[in-house]
Amino acid sequence: MNQTLILRRAYAREGLQKACIAGVLVALIFFMAGISLSQGSLEISFKEVWGVLWQVLVKGYDPQETHQTVIFVLRLPRVVMGILAGFGLGVAGAVFQGVLRNPLASPTTLGVSSAAGLGAALAMILDMGVTGGRFLVVGNAFVFSMIPALVIFSLARFKQATPEMMILSGIGMFYIFGAATSMLQFLASQDALKAMVVWLMGDLGRAKWQEILVTGTVLSACIPLILWKSWDLNLMGLGDEAARSLGTNPDKSRMILMVTASLITATIICFTGMIGFIGLVSPHICRIILGSDNRFLVAASGIFGAVFLVFSDLVCRVVIAPVIIPVGIITACAGGPLFLYLIIQKKKRHW
Amino acid sequence: MKLKLEKVRFTYGKRLVLDNISLGLEPGKIVAICGPNGVGKSTLLKCINRILPSRGNIFLKDREVKTLKRLWIARQVGYVPQETAQVFSISVFEMVMMGRRPYLGWKSRSQDREKVFEILSLMGISDLGLRDFNQLSGGQQQKVIIARALAQEPEILLLDEPLASLDLGHQLEVMALMQQLASDQKMLVIMTVHDLNLAAWYADQILMVKDGNILCAGAPSAVLTPETIWSVYGVAAKVKIEEGRPYVIPLRHSPGKTGLNKTNI
Repeated sequence: MNQTLILRRAYAREGLQKACIAGVLVALIFFMAGISLSQGSLEISFKEVWGVLWQVLVKGYDPQETHQTVIFVLRLPRVVMGILAGFGLGVAGAVFQGVLRNPLASPTTLGVSSAAGLGAALAMILDMGVTGGRFLVVGNAFVFSMIPALVIFSLARFKQATPEMMILSGIGMFYIFGAATSMLQFLASQDALKAMVVWLMGDLGRAKWQEILVTGTVLSACIPLILWKSWDLNLMGLGDEAARSLGTNPDKSRMILMVTASLITATIICFTGMIGFIGLVSPHICRIILGSDNRFLVAASGIFGAVFLVFSDLVCRVVIAPVIIPVGIITACAGGPLFLYLIIQKKKRHW
Repeated sequence: MKLKLEKVRFTYGKRLVLDNISLGLEPGKIVAICGPNGVGKSTLLKCINRILPSRGNIFLKDREVKTLKRLWIARQVGYVPQETAQVFSISVFEMVMMGRRPYLGWKSRSQDREKVFEILSLMGISDLGLRDFNQLSGGQQQKVIIARALAQEPEILLLDEPLASLDLGHQLEVMALMQQLASDQKMLVIMTVHDLNLAAWYADQILMVKDGNILCAGAPSAVLTPETIWSVYGVAAKVKIEEGRPYVIPLRHSPGKTGLNKTNI
């Protein structure tokens, strides 16, 4: 009885800890967003930023006000896109790792990113694509990045693929798409090559309100579905047989989760280009801090991804201002050392 | 009758693993499935709660399993697999909480948490509650997985080699717990066991499986005879009766009498 009491207290304490960390992360998003909105060639202080946002919220948007225009037209879209993209990539990474029971699973290792890259390359260099006009690059990147999901889906459906087969076929596709993209780059003209390389690096500045609306809609449709399935994600970590014995259908859940996470990733990548590392690292960092219960991990990984991406974007804009470095470079530069540090100093084994 | 199997067949690819198995089992009993490696003991267990799809009919409380929802089956049948490979670390508490999944929505209710606390205490592993499952010893892990199956509040408990990684003391402790569950809660406990003497001591019934068929079934003293052991395992053995239970003493391996010598090892 005494032991139970000790356990009960420890459990309650752990729950409180988790809630606090989640709270701090959410607060960090707003803090980072505030700082990010205040940075730029026109000086607006951190305090003024919130004042401007409050005014717009209360009185509506007034295009005559310079501060409002700068924040709403120039700065806010990239910050909001940073939050959405970071959140989506963090969630998708946690889902991929959970579903495939593999710490290396991420949009990159499953071929989703490189497929999007090839789609964009075809559009930019050969002017070939599934849609025309303004959405040529974006549409192509989106359609291509759903290919790995379809391949993996059919492998599972018709060949009863195990998680190991899925991730290996993802890596196979990663190389195929990568090689095709390299071939196109090799043949491309100087200008097209430069545009291609910059696209691949990933940048939040391409997103305007229209893109944000699309991303937001996709996320708000997919995230509840994933959260609802996060219990099953826990069970799938036990292996298919144990998952079945506990009342879930792992094949069906795996399909739903893989397709949803791929959809999120595809939507984000086609608007921002390749932002690597968040999908891989955000779930791991949250696992180290919060544990592996996917009911919390999925959301936490998303929140952490949002904080991290907004922070990285901020660094991109201030480090050699007024030049804006592609954010994909900074996510890896800043995230890599942090990740290594956490792996080296961690006391428990997490995967 | 709690569990009834009628002409259950299972094929793995083209290989026939289970061939027309029929049996009926009553509540409140411990049933040991014995037999050599690879004869389909584990497969038989997995067919019962439809982890594997079998042909023929299996009735759980007079309902055909093929027509039942997985969640419903999971509330009736607890399952302890032979191995648990957990990739990401997870606490013991969370592991046992997964056994509550058949009853839960997204959020765990306080009565589910209470149930987990209760079962951890019953298994004597409350002190492990927040430890990382992956860092426990094999025996401790086995107990945690049994606790998870009990959290399903099952009427039938399936255990696949539950004693394999346990030391002598823990083996007896687990078997005593099974006896208690069978007699107090009228649970039907079905387990695959390699140790014939443990089966003899604790089981009410032994099913001897050979080549996908049940060779014989019944009370330990009826099943564990030198003739059966010879025909199933190819091992000569003496059987003594100790306190009313058979006690199997394998004799020295006799050359020329098993398959090993034929292949010139």
